[in-house]
Amino acid sequence: MARLLILFAHPALEKSRVHRRLIREAQAIEGVTVNDLYEEYPDFQINVQREQALLLDHDLIVLQHPMFWYSTPAILKQWQDLVLEHGWAYGSRGNALRGKLVLSLITTGGGEAAYQHGGFNRYTIAELLAPIAQTVRLCKMEYLPPYVIFGTHRMDEDAIAMAAARYRRLLLALRDDRIDLAGVNGSPVLNPAVAMLLEG
Amino acid sequence: MSGENWLFQAFVYLAAAVVAVPLAKRFGLGSVLGYLLAGVAIGPFGLGFVGQEGEDLIHVAEFGVVMMLFVVGLELEPALLWRLRGPIFALGGLQVMVTAFLAAAAALALGLLWQEALAVGLILSLSSTAIVLQTLNEKGLLRGEGGQSSFAVLLFQDIAVIPMLAVFPLLATHGADHDAASHAATTWTAGMPPWAQTLAVLGAVAAVVLAGRFLIRPALSAIARTRLRELFTAAALLLVIGIALLMTQVGLSPALGTFLAGVVLANSEYRHELESDIEPFKGLLLGLFFIAVGASIDFALIVAQPLLIAGLVLAIVALKFGVLFVLARLFRLSFDQSMLFAFALPQVGEFAFVLFSFASQEGVLGATITGPLVAAVALSMALTPLLLLVNERLVQPRFGTPRQTEREPDAIDEHHPVIIAGFGGFGSTVGRLLKANGVPTTVLEYDSDRVDLLRRLGLKVFYGDASRYDLLASAGAGEARLLVLALDTPERTLELVHTARRHFPHLQILARAFDWGDALELRAAGVDHVYRESLDTAARAGADAMRLLGSRAYRAVRAAQTFVHHDEAALDELYQHRHDFSVYLSEARRRIENLERIMLADREDRSLEHDAGWDAESLREEVRSIGMSRAPTAPGGGVSGQDT
Ligand SMILES: Cc1cc2nc3c(=O)[nH]c(=O)nc-3n(C[C@H](O)[C@H](O)[C@H](O)COP(=O)(O)O)c2cc1C
Repeated sequence: MARLLILFAHPALEKSRVHRRLIREAQAIEGVTVNDLYEEYPDFQINVQREQALLLDHDLIVLQHPMFWYSTPAILKQWQDLVLEHGWAYGSRGNALRGKLVLSLITTGGGEAAYQHGGFNRYTIAELLAPIAQTVRLCKMEYLPPYVIFGTHRMDEDAIAMAAARYRRLLLALRDDRIDLAGVNGSPVLNPAVAMLLEG
Repeated sequence: MSGENWLFQAFVYLAAAVVAVPLAKRFGLGSVLGYLLAGVAIGPFGLGFVGQEGEDLIHVAEFGVVMMLFVVGLELEPALLWRLRGPIFALGGLQVMVTAFLAAAAALALGLLWQEALAVGLILSLSSTAIVLQTLNEKGLLRGEGGQSSFAVLLFQDIAVIPMLAVFPLLATHGADHDAASHAATTWTAGMPPWAQTLAVLGAVAAVVLAGRFLIRPALSAIARTRLRELFTAAALLLVIGIALLMTQVGLSPALGTFLAGVVLANSEYRHELESDIEPFKGLLLGLFFIAVGASIDFALIVAQPLLIAGLVLAIVALKFGVLFVLARLFRLSFDQSMLFAFALPQVGEFAFVLFSFASQEGVLGATITGPLVAAVALSMALTPLLLLVNERLVQPRFGTPRQTEREPDAIDEHHPVIIAGFGGFGSTVGRLLKANGVPTTVLEYDSDRVDLLRRLGLKVFYGDASRYDLLASAGAGEARLLVLALDTPERTLELVHTARRHFPHLQILARAFDWGDALELRAAGVDHVYRESLDTAARAGADAMRLLGSRAYRAVRAAQTFVHHDEAALDELYQHRHDFSVYLSEARRRIENLERIMLADREDRSLEHDAGWDAESLREEVRSIGMSRAPTAPGGGVSGQDT
């Protein structure tokens, strides 16, 4: 069983439609730790020791957040700046995180077609996430293809409920090592693999 | 008295004061000693400009004491007075009783009748409110523990005069001298039976309190509306004189009556106006009083019986000093504060003159007793500033809290960039924060116990009244860059702001304010950085309340931060419009109007409600209404794709 840590960042969960449902699912799953950053550090005073201990205690780190301005909400940036210390997470003697897995779990207002070359957003999700991917690599961890819930602007309640159910099953599968992570490497997003797993 | 003679007298007194007081201050002797020496100089045994009328003058000038107590009362809020009730009655009561008992015993041993001995003991137990308060205030020592205790004891003594006046007639051993315009006969109540007198006294006190509450305030506000400054001054004087008159008529001490009136008016919006109107009169009359005391010292008697007088003075002062010091220690004052207390109060007070003359009228004491005693009393008063000087120069440096830490030989005494005035809850937080971040600070503090503690912890602490120029200067205000004001009252803060702005204009001032009102005053006084002590903490409490009701932590924190900014902006707005308000609008009225403006601003500021940037609602609506036909305009885009 993999130990899952969800680093969750949403600055206004009271206004959220999607993440609010997702995170409720996650909190109900045994063996999954939800670290709600905005709730934990409303003044951005991140407790570095606590965060580092949490990282050490888990195998798979999920960065879960809405896409804001083609990037993460602000606190996740602050989290990276403070928690990933030189000599601990990276550098010649920074090996604390070596071998862990990292997965971005993102919602976007725009649809999937918009995140294509020639599409409205001109870049793919993978390209936009390059800074995170490289950060993870520098910290000697492995970055999985992101799991993206596209087109939230157009989702109605039923669609959201379906997305939440799928999300729950994804977390269970990840926890129980039922996804062939070696096989998905190289695909732009995790979505097709997940669809296959859940249907099969 | 002819007009010219009157002018000449005024000229002599004023000239003596104007010459002697600055001289005395120059030599560090304080103004009281200056006035006393001026009195000696122009008195019958000096230049002889004033003759025996010196003693009559004392009675006129005693009115300065009455005014002083009015001002003291104004500065004392009822709450503080209530808090001092322990020291007033326990410490004050014991002081009077023990001193009176011991002095009476000594007098008895010297061969006086017991009635005479008791009267002498009671009189000698009193100290001089005028000299002590004036001197301590000037030295900035009134706010420390020793100063507060001295004040409490003096207050009790002023109360104790009343029963003494009542008891003296019972102590008469020979026929009362009632032909002379006797004190008692001039009052309304003189002929009444005792119960009626008591009733009159209680009635007078009640009248003062009730009038202060319900009559004087509206009257003052009506007078203030005329905008004639001198009329307000006249009203203030009228008030003090009226109360003094009423009190004398029912046989109470006028000083006590005006003190009471002061306390009743301490919470009123006219407190500052009253204080500043009475202040110069008080100062002049007190000065006159001290001059008169100086002039009335009977040097002939002293020269005739130098040993007797010197022995009397020494015995009285030593006895009182001993009692005071032991009591102070019993009441758990620290050693240096006990010293201050004992050095401040060992003289005999101005009431002694009144009581001695009353006692001889009533046939309690004869001239052979009062003569040498009056001289000794005057000398003991003159000694007080000197004794306090001894305490300040010789005793305190050795045993007490030194004004500044001695320079440690190995530490280079570099100047600290920050001075913090007041190291209570607020100041100490600022200081600790700065120290934790390597910013050295210099602290000014007047609570000697706290000073000792801080020094033991290795802080650079200066002891004394921060609003004094010389203390600021020696604390390095000339070289510092920032001055943090965390004093415990708005008045002291403003005082210090004025001193600092005048003498150290380069200092940037960061001042703690208590509420909107004094935040505005501080801004008006030229302070750019004003911190309302209730704002940030209250906002945090509000945020926690939101959280406890289920709000997200970050939303609550953002809401609190936004609110703080909004509130600061509203204060700014109010400051810009401060001249719209009539200056003569009463303080309370203004506060209400301020609150009204703020609450209106709360309603208008929409940013208080939400962080619109995180609101995707309008975005979603636009996406839905545009559909697929037109180009999207939002990040992420509205182009429909698979929903996965
Ligand atoms: C400040 C802000 C910036 C956003 N930027 C993007 C963006 O760059 N790309 C995108 O596809 N959606 C963007 N969106 C839409 C959000 O991603 C979308 O509302 C969110 O994923 C919905 O999840 P929620 O209901 O849990 O809040 C943005 C929304 C906000 C409020």
